Amino acid sequence: MIGHRRRTSTSPPEQPGRGSSRRAIRGRRAALAGAGFGLLCLLLTACTGGPQDSLSPAGVYARRADNLFGKVFIIVVIVFVLVEGAIVFFLFKYRERPGQEAPVQIHGHTRAEAIWTIIPAVILAGVAIPTVKLIFDFAKAPPAATRIDVCVTGHQWWWQYVYATKCPAPGTSGTEGTVTTANELHIPVGKPVYLTLNSIDVIHSFWAPKLNGKQDVNPGHTNHMTLEADTPGTYYGQCSQFCGMSHANMRLRVIAQTQGDYDAWLAAEKQPAATPPAGTLEAQGLDLFLHGRNNSGKFPGGQACAGCHTIGGVEGAAGITGPNLTHVYSRQAFAGDTLDMNPENLRLWLTNPPKEKPGSIMPNLGLSNDEITALVAFLQTLH
Amino acid sequence: MATALAEGGIMRRPSAKSGIGSWLTTADHKRVGILYGYTAFFFFLIGGLEALLIRAQLARPNGHVLTANEYNQLFTMHGLTMIFLVVMPLSAALFNYFVPIMIGARDVAFPRLNAFSFWVFLSGGLFLYSSFIFGGAPNGGWFGYAPLTTLQYSPGHGLTFYALGLQMLGIASIASAANFVTTILNLRAPGMTLMRMPVFVWMTLVTSLLLLFAMPVIAVALFQLTFDRLWHSTFYNAVAGGDPLLWQHLFWLFGHPEVYILILPAMGIVSEVLPVFSRKPLFGYSAVVFSGIFIGFMGWGVWAHHMFTVGLGPYANSAFAVSTMFIAVPTGVKIFNWTATLWRGAIRFRTPLLFAVGMVAMFVIGGLSGVTHSLVPSDYEQHDTYYIVAHFHYVLFGGALFGLFAGFYYWFPKVTGRLMNEKIGKLHFWLMLIGFNVTFFPMHLLGLMGQPRRTYIYNANMGWGGYNLTETIGSFLIAFSMLVFIFNWVKSKRSGTIAGPDPWDARTLEWSIPSPPPEHNFDEIPIVKARDDFWHKKYAEDPAGRPVPVPVGAAEATAEGVHDDSEGGAHKIHMPSPSYWPLVAALGLPFLGWGLVFGMLPIIGLGILLMLGGFYGWVFEPLAS
Amino acid sequence: MAVETEAHAEEHATSLGIDNRKLAIWAFLGSECMFFGALIATYLLFHTHLNNGPGPRDVYNIPFTSVSSFVLLMSSLTMVLALAAIQKGDERGLRVWLLATAFLGMTFISGQVYEFTEFFKEGLTLKTSPFGSAFFMLTGFHGAHVTIGILMLLSLFQLSRMGKVPPSDSLKVELVGLYWHFVDVVWIVIFTVVYLIPAAKK
Repeated sequence: MIGHRRRTSTSPPEQPGRGSSRRAIRGRRAALAGAGFGLLCLLLTACTGGPQDSLSPAGVYARRADNLFGKVFIIVVIVFVLVEGAIVFFLFKYRERPGQEAPVQIHGHTRAEAIWTIIPAVILAGVAIPTVKLIFDFAKAPPAATRIDVCVTGHQWWWQYVYATKCPAPGTSGTEGTVTTANELHIPVGKPVYLTLNSIDVIHSFWAPKLNGKQDVNPGHTNHMTLEADTPGTYYGQCSQFCGMSHANMRLRVIAQTQGDYDAWLAAEKQPAATPPAGTLEAQGLDLFLHGRNNSGKFPGGQACAGCHTIGGVEGAAGITGPNLTHVYSRQAFAGDTLDMNPENLRLWLTNPPKEKPGSIMPNLGLSNDEITALVAFLQTLH
Repeated sequence: MATALAEGGIMRRPSAKSGIGSWLTTADHKRVGILYGYTAFFFFLIGGLEALLIRAQLARPNGHVLTANEYNQLFTMHGLTMIFLVVMPLSAALFNYFVPIMIGARDVAFPRLNAFSFWVFLSGGLFLYSSFIFGGAPNGGWFGYAPLTTLQYSPGHGLTFYALGLQMLGIASIASAANFVTTILNLRAPGMTLMRMPVFVWMTLVTSLLLLFAMPVIAVALFQLTFDRLWHSTFYNAVAGGDPLLWQHLFWLFGHPEVYILILPAMGIVSEVLPVFSRKPLFGYSAVVFSGIFIGFMGWGVWAHHMFTVGLGPYANSAFAVSTMFIAVPTGVKIFNWTATLWRGAIRFRTPLLFAVGMVAMFVIGGLSGVTHSLVPSDYEQHDTYYIVAHFHYVLFGGALFGLFAGFYYWFPKVTGRLMNEKIGKLHFWLMLIGFNVTFFPMHLLGLMGQPRRTYIYNANMGWGGYNLTETIGSFLIAFSMLVFIFNWVKSKRSGTIAGPDPWDARTLEWSIPSPPPEHNFDEIPIVKARDDFWHKKYAEDPAGRPVPVPVGAAEATAEGVHDDSEGGAHKIHMPSPSYWPLVAALGLPFLGWGLVFGMLPIIGLGILLMLGGFYGWVFEPLAS
Repeated sequence: MAVETEAHAEEHATSLGIDNRKLAIWAFLGSECMFFGALIATYLLFHTHLNNGPGPRDVYNIPFTSVSSFVLLMSSLTMVLALAAIQKGDERGLRVWLLATAFLGMTFISGQVYEFTEFFKEGLTLKTSPFGSAFFMLTGFHGAHVTIGILMLLSLFQLSRMGKVPPSDSLKVELVGLYWHFVDVVWIVIFTVVYLIPAAKK
């Protein structure tokens, strides 16, 4: 795949052996199944695949929502079978036959109508009670002592995470000593993670289907939601409120780790970036990063990288328009979590960002081949 | 100007009865209905093409058919088109043609206002589509959430076209709604009490009232957006203290009643078609009518179920969850009553019945998935995914459009005097039903498997490819079924079997007059003695409650009887004269719109002049030619 | 506007016994209630969102607005007198009172123009803050309604001069009157909610 543009294609670890060909066959079978009941049966059995499948939850919140859905779904199927069955049965039973007497002109039946008004109302009342209970349970913040706090800020089109109990105002940087990262949310398993959601521009929606439903990320309103993962793993998600041109390219992943791994990751993230030794290609990249072409502070297509990106421990790299790059090369993917992290993709990205992510705020800087080589070499040191 | 017109009488009222001129100046409710129908169907084809492009792009992971921006424009315009330029005006076409006849009137209360509504609708539609020429169509989704739609995040003109175009369509809707409320309340034939009105007329009344009260709300939101975009007001600018969520509240306060505006007419049609083809009256007429009214009222109390994930807090979410669950009750009542209408009937499998039953069967699926949306924590997962897309296509395509097609097949003989070809009609039905389910059923699965709506690409490793390909195949099957329908329409219109006044042995007044109806509808205004009056003129009931045909000659107003001397009776009746002015006044709006979009004062002036001129011409127009 | 003169009312009695045009105007005014309702709701949401600009208490001149409100209120009285005149068959009286109503309406609009100019000078514009946006949109749309009403009054005046508003056709005056009174009532609500309540809080 070297030199080829490659969208994220890491097969999630908990889904071994789910090839796309098998899914295609299943899709074709669905086409044959045709209308009605057959397809409904499929609904019961088919939805077990895919890294963003909300019906195979991996955390307590998603599971409780799924349980509620599953119970009501049984009622829904019963009602479906009864009503559609009655329609089909009546169509056959009462079709006009030659020589048949004209039907009795029945205008209605008050008792029957009362029954089919009251019974659904009673059923729905029964559904309403657990629903309301769950709404309040979901809205409850976990106790501060047991939870991890993360501040999530939506940007067109990437996610910023600041690991802090007190969130910086949207559009400002995290305070000293906090960890700021992008798109990949690391959490420890078995612990509630309390997200504080804000947007710097338009409305986004944070969604990692296997862990919980979505919450909108609004400018000017702060929202909260809680995630919790049962087992270590990578859980995919993406922005689910239409947020402009590259809405489809605003993805995310939640990496759930054991407490030990998580603590190690957090400690590493807190470290400042290592500065490359002078005279190397990497140092040349850092220089371009900070000062642009020929120390002018800019490139043909825009300002030097440091104008928009922060690198912890590097003086002069404190921009906050783009993602914090302190440990960017330790991430699995970049560019709104759409491109796997590797030198080829970094090169592809730097060549023309708006081509990879239409509408991207990072412009095509007009970098030369050598400049890109130096920058990619430098970025690889940021692990 | 006004004085010259009135006193000098330079401008006589147009009098052409045929040719293009007669269509441009017509004030006849039937011709206005036909104009609505053909225009909306034209937009339906455009909206369908947009859907095919969308499906082509999504057929495979990381598709290359469209760019992100093209995709965003197409799904936005597809939604706007299907809602505002297809389903609403197709319903309006049937309102216009049949409501006056069904209540025994000769026209609507305000014939020229009616023509004005149509021309404004057409102007608004063309204005919206002119955005494609003027630098790009709206690309913010049909509900255009601020602040994405403000100038800062959507530079260019597309969303200004959105704000102004919808405003125009709203004007058309309000004018038409006031007209139909007046017509239905005031022009009923003697004896046509409210509780004798056909259910379709009832649903038209409820729909019109909803339009009347919902449209001004979106008008305010659209004005706010327009002001934000053109004159930098700060309604939706969060940095300046504005509130993007205001847009969502105003939009959905309109938007949910709008959903019922889309579906209630189809429910009315089904309530007409099922009894006729089951040969027995609608089961529980009052329950069907009152559940429709109840849905109309409750429709105002559920808007925030579109906003469960916005963060309104557990109290608001609970209240709206419960109200949403309970709006399912009157909807269920309708479905049960329709099913019971089939019970112990003598069902004739003609194409209108197939579409009506198809509507009920598909709407049940849409209604049931709707109930699952009210499970708020589960809706957190469903919201803004293809599960929602599946839901609203089951209610708006499976519900509204299947119902409208039932209406087309049912009333085609009345409008054209000829029957639609049954064999091709049934082929169309089965193709459309299968195509519809192949396209939209897998969307339920994809939504639950995590595919968000409005995303122009997806990764292969998500496992969505198979279902997406299936859907694309289904969508082309739907497109093919439409070709079959168009073929049938053209062929039947030219050479279909002559229908006669009452081909279905139907129940309501429109079948008591010739097909197509004369311009004045009724030689004599009918006197209504019962619900389904026309049926009772044809049939008495034996002691067991079975219909017995009234002997020929005994009934004074069978279809034949009316038909006899229609020519003789027509001369004394004064019908509304055609008029230029509704068209002139309506034409002012797009010019006003273009002037505002491009900030060109002369064009704005031209638009205002056309409108004022049109209205003054209208007011001072001589009464009769 | 009272434009549909060929309604079917002439042919047979309407089902409700109300003239079609009157019923339609009532329907339209119902629609207008939702329009102003949404505008007022927006204002209530935003009247404290000042974005460091001037607030209601900084700019409102209650005595001035009270006077112009009184002027508009009086125009409803002259409108009633116009209708009473034509119903008594007094076409000249109709024209006098129509002109008076239009004049009072124009006085109100002039007052609004003056008020807007003053607010501009004090730094409150459409762009200043959500409060400014909501204020100008609400009162501006009300002003636009009054202006359309003035146009209708003047058109009626002209029609009457041409002899086209005979006493038998007093309904035309009544319909314009319904609209005018509605616009007036809306102002009473605006004056109370927008001007008086924040002033009372002082």
